[in-house]
Amino acid sequence: MTTERLSVTTLAIGSDGWRRAHKRRRITASVLKHVGLIALSIVMIYPLIWLVVSSFKPNGEIFTDLSIFTSTHTLDNYVKGWTSQGLGFQVFLGNSSILVLGAIIGNLISCSMAAYAFARLRFRLRSLFFAVMLCTIMLPIHVVLVPQFIIFKNLGWLGTFLPLIVPKFLATDAFFIFLMVQFIRALPQELFEAAIIDGAGQVRTFLQVTIPLMVPALATTAIFTFIWTWSDFFGPLIYLRETPKFPVSVALKGFVDAQSTSDYGGMFAMSVVSLLPLFIVFALGQRYLLRGIATTGIK
Amino acid sequence: MSSLGELRTLALNARKGGVKLKNRFPDNKAGYAFIAPWLVGILVFTIGPMLYSLYLAFTNYNLLQPPHWAGTANFVQMFHDPRLWNSLKVTLIYVGIGVPLQLALALALAILLDRGMRGLGFYRSVFYLPSLLGGSVAVAILWTQVFGKNGLLNSFLAIFGIHNAPGWVSDPNFALGTLIVLHIWTFGSPMVIFLAGLRQVPDMYYEAAQMDGAGAARRFFSITFPLLTPIIFFNLVLQVIFAFQSFTQAYIVSGGTGGPSDSTMFFTLYLYQQAFTQLHMGYASAMAWFLLLIIGGLTALNFWLSRFWVFYDD
Repeated sequence: MTTERLSVTTLAIGSDGWRRAHKRRRITASVLKHVGLIALSIVMIYPLIWLVVSSFKPNGEIFTDLSIFTSTHTLDNYVKGWTSQGLGFQVFLGNSSILVLGAIIGNLISCSMAAYAFARLRFRLRSLFFAVMLCTIMLPIHVVLVPQFIIFKNLGWLGTFLPLIVPKFLATDAFFIFLMVQFIRALPQELFEAAIIDGAGQVRTFLQVTIPLMVPALATTAIFTFIWTWSDFFGPLIYLRETPKFPVSVALKGFVDAQSTSDYGGMFAMSVVSLLPLFIVFALGQRYLLRGIATTGIK
Repeated sequence: MSSLGELRTLALNARKGGVKLKNRFPDNKAGYAFIAPWLVGILVFTIGPMLYSLYLAFTNYNLLQPPHWAGTANFVQMFHDPRLWNSLKVTLIYVGIGVPLQLALALALAILLDRGMRGLGFYRSVFYLPSLLGGSVAVAILWTQVFGKNGLLNSFLAIFGIHNAPGWVSDPNFALGTLIVLHIWTFGSPMVIFLAGLRQVPDMYYEAAQMDGAGAARRFFSITFPLLTPIIFFNLVLQVIFAFQSFTQAYIVSGGTGGPSDSTMFFTLYLYQQAFTQLHMGYASAMAWFLLLIIGGLTALNFWLSRFWVFYDD
């Protein structure tokens, strides 16, 4: 504390030597900080790199060789792993894609509609509904799990993708409504008023004014829906019965169940395949992702 | 803008002048039309099921025969079920250790990653990536291999001559610990929220403090921390709620059993087993309501405690 004060006074006097010493100390601190941060980065990321590298190693070398620099590369794990569940892995990738696509379309339509109403329209019970909507964000799904299962069973939807897609069209992911409400409220309100004065109805104001302005919020929603649906394990575990319907997440579990056969290479290879779309979405959508978390606290 | 303002004043004057406005809710029809999907969803998939699940909690139900009223039997049974209390203990340890450590690390790194720092974007991405992947089955599988008997960690320890390290995920003393490590590993998303919060702190506070001769520690405790408490609180509440519902990691690491010796038997995993392997749907519903009470209670406790440490600027 005293040295800092000293620095202020000496700087004012203009002691050049002191200033240089001070600068050197700051550089040392900065270098130390970067060394620490890079070390932590390596610790954080090492398991992922190890996974990727191991997926190219012959089965016997995976656990004997820690190094991520390896001399022997092979694609065998990918070839074997791809078909080791009896079906080609493209089946599971396809199933995951259907689930992701359905969920994204459902969330975009239903959540944006609800968000527009909550943010822009005045109707009876709005505040009550809004409060209820906020509460459902925090509601553990376990409370509705069993009855939902019974509903889908009675509808004859077990073993199909419908239990995992239809609710998305009914805005059950309240997180995204909240995200969009926050976004619409931050838009300049004059735009909406101008549209209404120009004679546009609510439907036109929604479709032609609000939706184009909401693109960043819609992108954030789409990206998070992608990531969550792709990684979702619990839902498919409960509702899907037969291997040909499995998404990637449940198909991967098959490797763990069959671990006695210990095809670690194949397991690693398919793990990499399953993470690849997430990496790509992360790389492309980083800007929206980080802003989305910062404003709403969603994962 | 000004003309709109005039319009508004005109409308207000008209109201004062006794012209009765027709409708306090001019968008009633449109409003209901736009929330219709949500309204159907919340009735069919949330409120309806909640009521039914409350009813089921007082029944015995195995999906095959109709629910059979059992009074408070499920709750009495819960009280005498050692596996349930164990699963609650496991979950509380996981949340109680994992969440504070995760948030502390997130906060420390957010503060370390100053504004305008070189490589900020790189560090942020690297630290954030694990929290994006953390919930996936592939990462849970990776974890079982990293912490296995012959896994990455033990191969690493062997370099230092430590050859009798346990198989972390297969040892009841350590299995839960590995899941906590996995949780801490995902500190990136709260860190991003902290970074956004730090950006809101006005520079002049730090400049003034520096002028007054405040050191780094003093600046942290007198400026950064108090101004950040609302965000710390927000992260804490959300992370506790989320962590309490963790499932995938424990399921994969234990092969769905919650083992070894129930040491990774999360409350949600036990609930899943009761519902979908034992077909004790009534008991599972009672457990779900117990879970809701616990999470609600913890959230309320968090809010109550916040009065003593959360500082609101305005």
